[in-house]
Amino acid sequence: MSLVMPEPDQAVLGRRDAIVAALQAIVPGEGVISDPDALRPYESDALTAYRQPPMVVVLPERVEQVAAILAWCHGEGVKVVPRGSGTSLSGGALPLADGVLLGMSRFNRILDIDYADRIVVAQPGVTNLAITRAVEEAGFYYAPDPSSQIACSIGGNVAENSGGVHCLKYGLTTNNVLGVELVTMEGEVLRLGGRQLDPAGLDLLGVIVGSEGLLGVVTEVTVRILPRPETARAVLLGFPSVESAGQCVADVIAEGIIPAGMELMDRAAVHAAEAFVQVGYPLDVEALLIVELDGPAAECDHLIEAVAAIARANGAGTARVSRDEAERLAFWAGRKAAFPAMGSLAPDYLCMDGTIPRRRLPEVLRRMQQLSDAHGLAVVNVFHAGDGNLHPLILFDTNQPGQLETAEAFGNDILRLCVEVGGVLTGEHGVGVEKRDLMPAMFGEVDLAHQQRVKCAFDPMLLLNPGKVFPTLHRCAELGRMHVHHGQLPHPDLPRF
Amino acid sequence: MASLRPTTPAELAEAVGAAAASGGRLEIRGGASKAAIGAPREAAILDMRGFTGVVDYDPAELVLTVRAGTPLAEIERMVARQGQMLAFEPWDHGNLFGWPEGRATIGGVIAAGVAGPRRLTAGGARDHLLGFKAVSGRGEAFVGGAKVVKNVTGYDLPKLMAGSWGRLAAIHELSLKVLPRPRMQATMVLEGLEDAAAHAAMARAMGCHAEVSAAAHLPAAVNDGRALTLLRLHGFEPSVTARCAVLPGLLSEHGPVGLMETGEADALWRGIRDVEPLADAETLWRVSVPPAGGCTVAATLAPHGARWFFDWAGGLVWAAFDGDAAVIRGAAERAGGHAMLVRASEAMRAVVSFQHPRAAGVMALERRVRRAFDPTGVFETGRYLDEADAD
Repeated sequence: MSLVMPEPDQAVLGRRDAIVAALQAIVPGEGVISDPDALRPYESDALTAYRQPPMVVVLPERVEQVAAILAWCHGEGVKVVPRGSGTSLSGGALPLADGVLLGMSRFNRILDIDYADRIVVAQPGVTNLAITRAVEEAGFYYAPDPSSQIACSIGGNVAENSGGVHCLKYGLTTNNVLGVELVTMEGEVLRLGGRQLDPAGLDLLGVIVGSEGLLGVVTEVTVRILPRPETARAVLLGFPSVESAGQCVADVIAEGIIPAGMELMDRAAVHAAEAFVQVGYPLDVEALLIVELDGPAAECDHLIEAVAAIARANGAGTARVSRDEAERLAFWAGRKAAFPAMGSLAPDYLCMDGTIPRRRLPEVLRRMQQLSDAHGLAVVNVFHAGDGNLHPLILFDTNQPGQLETAEAFGNDILRLCVEVGGVLTGEHGVGVEKRDLMPAMFGEVDLAHQQRVKCAFDPMLLLNPGKVFPTLHRCAELGRMHVHHGQLPHPDLPRF
Repeated sequence: MASLRPTTPAELAEAVGAAAASGGRLEIRGGASKAAIGAPREAAILDMRGFTGVVDYDPAELVLTVRAGTPLAEIERMVARQGQMLAFEPWDHGNLFGWPEGRATIGGVIAAGVAGPRRLTAGGARDHLLGFKAVSGRGEAFVGGAKVVKNVTGYDLPKLMAGSWGRLAAIHELSLKVLPRPRMQATMVLEGLEDAAAHAAMARAMGCHAEVSAAAHLPAAVNDGRALTLLRLHGFEPSVTARCAVLPGLLSEHGPVGLMETGEADALWRGIRDVEPLADAETLWRVSVPPAGGCTVAATLAPHGARWFFDWAGGLVWAAFDGDAAVIRGAAERAGGHAMLVRASEAMRAVVSFQHPRAAGVMALERRVRRAFDPTGVFETGRYLDEADAD
């Protein structure tokens, strides 16, 4: 692998037994794992191309233990990597050889459900789907639904600002979290936000969400829940070109319709998915669009016809409206099978995650095909079309020497292309280690320094999840220096009144 | 008062850098519609109205990029022409302080985290700021976020900037999420409810399929003796009609639910947004609490001769209350929220911080974050009354 992580501190590794003993004193019983075989399951998250067993795993169950662990590690200069369910697609929970892996899986209780205020308070190890399960009988649900929702934890969702197919209409995690309890690297327990809508001071909660475990460890999360939409209907639309599908998406939005989901698959993705699950996708199309509307039946009935008409005006040959729930789920079954279906095309794939302005889609797909030819690896595209979030799947075979490296290089080229057309490196998977070294493609040195100083405000010794997100580890003292203007006088032509 | 009015990012960087280097203080200002919020102070003004105009607007992308000094009213007119809106329903504080409408700039609205009734369901200013260009207190130009609606690359600095009241950086360009303007809006109304019943009715409505987008309650004391509980719905006509039909049955225990005439409803909602029912208040507070807590805050204030009304299904209490700040702040805290002092005499503002004090650990962390962007405190003007404590 081409990834370079911070050099392990030999002095820390030399103190491993003492560190294990100190952690056992804080979390007695089964809560500390140090046996090399037992550490194996923790050596990677869902980005399995990168693996590194941690020095030790600790699984606290109370906030006091989390605070004591972090305070002790801070005092001893030991690095800590937090981990939820380990479903990160960007290596956010990749362990460090000289680091403590802080697993939050034992924080698995829902603490409060309040239907009058429409909130749920959950510990961070509760899965995303478990929140919805806990409130669905009363007719509510938690809106963000990352595809890993059966396994991923709400604490991990906060760290990664997770999205899902419905986020154009319902927002990402950050738009649905009201408060957290957070433990800083120094072991201080803070409450940010609450059950109300606005913070009293700086919106520190806003910067915690999506901070990829670099700023603090979340020990409690308050989310807002919504009444579950009465109905949902989907329409399957087949287009003779990617351009016409893209124009259809733009026209739907121009008509004032914000669908619950709008998913686009290219020809290769359609064929792979259909071969895998046989749901009746049309195979004579260059692009397939699934548009889902949710809400009252009267609204869905009205809008689904409007969407179908817009699609036909854009040349859609297929426009099938789901007649019942089974058919709606069948439309989605193909899309949801797109990733596993890649297994029939190649032994391995890399899933990329850039966002682009939607109007640039045809150009981006064209240039991606050129990159595919140049690198000699195939690429298949699925796309959250409503919000411009592209998931190119690069097909390769790890067992062929050099192919992983080629796939990574191809992926990097795709993400640089996304930035070049006005987009970003990651729409929902996070930077982690995967896109860390590409950050300079999107941010200048001064931009990154402003972000890294936020890190310093929370964790001045850079002990929490180092080696993630930022391509260079600057010591905080170094970042603190004021920019010197070469002794220049203030702008002489600046108007002053 | 000294005033600087840069017109390019380079001039802005020079102005801030020079002030910081000489230990000066700068108050970032747009249209000054909120200048009377916070402690009286004497800092030089950094006038951002030299940065105006649209940088990029493609309605189909749902993204608008504008310069920070552009008047809010101008932006709202422009997006309305494309059938779109700023969904957080921002508003101009000018009315509250006796200024003519139209002074507020988009930069000021975002910096103060201003949002109206739709904030309940559509999110606040923070949820619609996608990216920005700014000059930090270090005198350095930097960017945060991006110009696309879905982005998790690096820290979410736009969230930190929204509602930071100009204490971190001078934003000169903003990218905002815009959304389609609803085709139809309807308001259902209940009359004569006491606060507690109104809260129960609003909670019930927010928890059902009617997809109510805004919910407010005007007690009789602030509405010419006529208590009104308002539920606003928007969307496409068949949907709004179907959803309105749900409410009378659902809320029957609270009395009849009627459809309000559109002109009257629009005027009421505008008034709620702009705090018109308490326009004559000497001392005006804005209390943000969990929705169920709004009632208990009001009950605490009642014996003190206060008047109030509720937005955000009860989670936002606007209160005219001339008593001791500790009373209203204590009530807000017990309800799980906080109270902002929006309008008060100079004497009161000189000793009562407009922002609700936070826990010591949070204040210390906020201070470290502020120093990260503004190491010399060039944006600490004396407005917040926690500067001495913080520096």
